[in-house]
Amino acid sequence: MVITRKVEFSASHVCRDPRLSELENRKLFGMAANPHGHGHNYVVEVGLAGDPDPVTGMVLDLKELKEVLNREVVEPYDHRFLNYEVPPFDRVIPTTENIARDIWRRLEPHLSRGGRKLHSVRVYETPDLYVDYFGDETCSA
Amino acid sequence: MFRVTRRYEFAASHRLHVAGLSDEENRRLYGKCNHPYGHGHNYVVEVSARGPADGATGRAVDTALLDEIVARQVLDRFEHRNLNAEVEAFERVVPTSENLGVEICRSLKAHWKEAFPGEWPKLEKIRIAETPRNIFEIRADEIE
Repeated sequence: MVITRKVEFSASHVCRDPRLSELENRKLFGMAANPHGHGHNYVVEVGLAGDPDPVTGMVLDLKELKEVLNREVVEPYDHRFLNYEVPPFDRVIPTTENIARDIWRRLEPHLSRGGRKLHSVRVYETPDLYVDYFGDETCSA
Repeated sequence: MFRVTRRYEFAASHRLHVAGLSDEENRRLYGKCNHPYGHGHNYVVEVSARGPADGATGRAVDTALLDEIVARQVLDRFEHRNLNAEVEAFERVVPTSENLGVEICRSLKAHWKEAFPGEWPKLEKIRIAETPRNIFEIRADEIE
């Protein structure tokens, strides 16, 4: 089964490629290319696959999952300008896709262990736009 | 591989009524959805596309292009319309949310390459909520 825990953080970012012209950046990224940046209230839903422990009845103690998410995601990301303060976004454009992949990389070593497997990372940039990432595997339900 | 989902809304009216059935059968089948003058909903449509992130932009889907195709194939056709009276697809097809979802998915799939001519991204599925409690999901590979 898959259990899901949700966390939120607020951060600013700018989507532009320094090698491209102002016009090309505007064309590619629209308002998100505004050089001074802008912010979002990001919502992250993390799915963890595993079987319930026969004694505790839990896949993973949700307190422990919450601690991992806070330590690995919320603390480094919350109230930061991602491009300036949160590597790898000093050299990787902080699109929602790249944020989902970075969160996966941060969480995977802590969650894919003890018979459990990180299943999915969903990142909402706004309530109207979100990205699901399943690691290198093809998308599943 | 990423799945990118974008959420859209439109408001429209419809009436569930099958011409081949008697009034009594229609009332029994559809209940208040059969009331003669129709009624409306704020429909919420989520469109999901999947693909790898582009090496240059870091994006799997150009959401501006997605917005354009959804505007043309969905919002422009249905927004503030009476589905039974004003949408050709529902002249002979009852506009249940199942059929509306199938029409949205069919139309996006048929015109997908105009917006996204490359191999990626691919249309994966659409999800339509007639109300927050009634939700219908259709995968693109279910549609011809």
